[in-house]
Amino acid sequence: MIDCVENRLLTSRRSLLLGGASFAAWAYLPKFARAADGRDPRLIVVILRGALDGLSTVAPVGDPDYAGLHGSIALTPDGAHPAIMLDTFFALHPAMPEFARMYRDMHAAVIHAVATPYRDRSHFDGQDVLESGYAGPGRVQSGWLNRALEALPRGERVSSGLAVGPTTPLVLRGNAPTVGWAPVALPQADDDTAMRLVDLYRHRDPALASALSQGLQLEKVASGDDMKAKGGNQVALMRQVARGAAKLMAADDGPRIAALAFDGWDTHANEGGPVGRLAFLLGGLDGALAEFESGLGGRWRDTVVVVATEFGRTARINGTDGTDHGTGTIALLAGGAVKGGRVITDWPGLKLANLYEGRDLKPTTDLRSVIKGVLQGQFGLSDRVLAETVFPDSAAARPMKGLVA
Amino acid sequence: MARDSHAALIALNRFGFGARGGASGDLINAASDPRGFVKAELARPTGVLLEAPGLQSTPQLGQAVFAYQDEVKQAREAAAKAGVPPEAPPPQTDQKPGPRRNLSLNMVATEIAGQMAEAKPADSKSADNVAKPETMQPNAAAPPAAKPAPQPLNVIQKTFRAEALARLQRATLVECGFTERLVVFWSNHFCISASKGELARIWAGSFEREAIRPHVLGRFADMLKAVEQHPAMLFFLDNQQSLGPDSRAGQNRKRGLNENLAREIMELHTLGVGGGYTQEDVTSLARIITGWTFAGRQGGLGAPGSFVFNANAHQPGSQQLLGKTYEPTGLAQGEAALADIARHPSTAKFITTKFARHFVADDPPPALVARLRDVFVKTDGDLKALATALVDSDEAWQAPLTKMRSPYDFVVASGRLLARVPEDPGVYLNNLNLLGQPLWSPAGPNGFPDTSAAWAAPEGIKLRLDIAAQMGARLGPNIDPLDLLEFAAADAASVETRKTIERAESRQQALALLLMSPEMQRR
Repeated sequence: MIDCVENRLLTSRRSLLLGGASFAAWAYLPKFARAADGRDPRLIVVILRGALDGLSTVAPVGDPDYAGLHGSIALTPDGAHPAIMLDTFFALHPAMPEFARMYRDMHAAVIHAVATPYRDRSHFDGQDVLESGYAGPGRVQSGWLNRALEALPRGERVSSGLAVGPTTPLVLRGNAPTVGWAPVALPQADDDTAMRLVDLYRHRDPALASALSQGLQLEKVASGDDMKAKGGNQVALMRQVARGAAKLMAADDGPRIAALAFDGWDTHANEGGPVGRLAFLLGGLDGALAEFESGLGGRWRDTVVVVATEFGRTARINGTDGTDHGTGTIALLAGGAVKGGRVITDWPGLKLANLYEGRDLKPTTDLRSVIKGVLQGQFGLSDRVLAETVFPDSAAARPMKGLVA
Repeated sequence: MARDSHAALIALNRFGFGARGGASGDLINAASDPRGFVKAELARPTGVLLEAPGLQSTPQLGQAVFAYQDEVKQAREAAAKAGVPPEAPPPQTDQKPGPRRNLSLNMVATEIAGQMAEAKPADSKSADNVAKPETMQPNAAAPPAAKPAPQPLNVIQKTFRAEALARLQRATLVECGFTERLVVFWSNHFCISASKGELARIWAGSFEREAIRPHVLGRFADMLKAVEQHPAMLFFLDNQQSLGPDSRAGQNRKRGLNENLAREIMELHTLGVGGGYTQEDVTSLARIITGWTFAGRQGGLGAPGSFVFNANAHQPGSQQLLGKTYEPTGLAQGEAALADIARHPSTAKFITTKFARHFVADDPPPALVARLRDVFVKTDGDLKALATALVDSDEAWQAPLTKMRSPYDFVVASGRLLARVPEDPGVYLNNLNLLGQPLWSPAGPNGFPDTSAAWAAPEGIKLRLDIAAQMGARLGPNIDPLDLLEFAAADAASVETRKTIERAESRQQALALLLMSPEMQRR
């Protein structure tokens, strides 16, 4: 009986979720070399923690092996929830109409089959590499975005009402001073964490499993929650973070450079196809991009948003309609300064022989090249600074040209 | 090795506040000699005392309250004269949520504390960058000056927070925490509630420092006397209002007994319900302790805020209590009565059962309780001998870890594991309020509950998870929850817990799951 209740709860909560979000920004206005030409560039880095399934976000529907590998959760250009064709080969998840619009307006781009230099499959280490900018995992105190800031001439101190909030993402930690902000209403543990804990308790501590399950359900009842509303709330939360960040960054004396992180992308089970768990999250991300656009107003013209994740997920779905930790994935660029309307890729193909270790999308582009290209385009950082300081020992990963208009 | 780790887990969690993170190596030290690790603290009786700069004595604090109350009154009268509507008195409690702040990190405490410290650059602490709670709002573009300045804390709130901070810091820094757990046990046994009023709030900490701590490794009878003569207890249970009906004060003021303290002494502090006392005994003890009070602001009876025996309020004559006659010896009459009650067989049974229930199991092994009772009786209530007997017992090491950590244990154990030495008690106090264990403020004189069922309630567990998730979200750089699992449990951790933490999608999530794991929740 209790099991029944828990199972129902498990399924419904599993399919939603979303996690915390945090935002941090540089404490100073940079004095840009390019200020002379009237541009006032802004950069927002969005970290998706948990490993985004790139093949479900920008699906290679033109690849003959895609549908078979992604099985029940594969996107299709037809049906009740058709994916949005970006070109003749790639289709965007239907939960991302705003990104699709930006793409059509040439202000959004996709880089596919991309990865950091990290080749194992631990979230923690993968996030370290993604955010630290070092070639391998290890305990470092600073992130690449902070080191990029250090290379910029420091201007006026940001004086708008920024407050110190929860911790700064690693990508922005370091010597360059930063400030943080977090929406006040982030007190609850996310559903994914709750369900992992229920799972642990069911194996180790049935009494606590029962108590926590009831507590979670009580909370749902108390908030008049159902699955749809819950998903809606989570999406609203992501939008809220983006809206607040955009507002701060739109101010004349607001920060120009910021990072934030969204959690919850670790879709091992019931990932969902055009609708479902990942769809909720992507809808939230799409909403966040739209909030950046509207919140930044006239500044959007000079803005680049980089969306990146620690690694991808398996090309073939697993036995629980989800995907496990993989390698190659996507990065997204959005913003008025993006030279968009393109899926940039050296497509490796999804034939078994072409998969990395026979299971993952093979990375053909170094994520560092993409980020370097953005940093160079926006802030004029030199190849040398990028190769030695921002991303140490990365001379081989040349900055990608022409990403910024 | 697994066996040793398990014993170390018992040493640290059942008896203490859990392993500290960082370089302490608590689990390894405990594993090499679990009993010795726990008992080491008992050999340092002065270690149980708590003195910190700025912590004042009960009379000093009482006088501060009197002065504060006078000030408020004068301000109100002055305002009334000036025709200005009286200002609302400043808030008196810490119960409202405090400023949303990160726990401050003490960089010095341990190696890991240094690693943990949020990589905030030095200037993020400069005045213009310190968050005021209202500027945390998303729409913080409005100048901060537009917001009303926060009310400065009054002396009562300041004192409460300083006392709380001293206690939390002690609990975070001590090696095993057994004596601090004993302090918490006895403090809850002889609880007062800060919500009773301003005096109770300002005295909550000094009561524990003066009446509980000196006797935690001493004699039960001494603790009993110190507690029942402490102004905080006399105020909490109304004995300062109790007048002997035939005393001079009683006759003059046409008022009489208040049985509150006398009843709770027998029901809650010593004999226990069904401990063989009658209503007659309650009334009799109430008469015996009439005149036990504290000096008021005028100081006619003694230094304001100190315990005094007011002979004018004391019921004259001899009294019958529990079948014994107590001659009219003034203050000594009550002291003799308490000494006898402390030695009563019902007291030994009640106290040792509660003691074993707290540390070992909701239904403690009868043989263990019997042995503890023997020790209590034979040593005339030697509490160090009692604690030693508990640690020496086999039952305390064999019983499975089924007790839930109380909210206080949980927040302290989490802070220890993260090697965070609190510099501001706000977050702790808020979390304890949320979790239903507001510091020094139980709902009644029976204290906070001590059964697992009370702390494993559905909404409580859900709230703990929320708080654990917040701690996770504030995870400092370069903290690996897997390292923390090694500090907390090592190979005593279950495979499932280890896997759950390893498979977490982020370190933040991993930390939340670790803090909520059975290894961290059960003791």
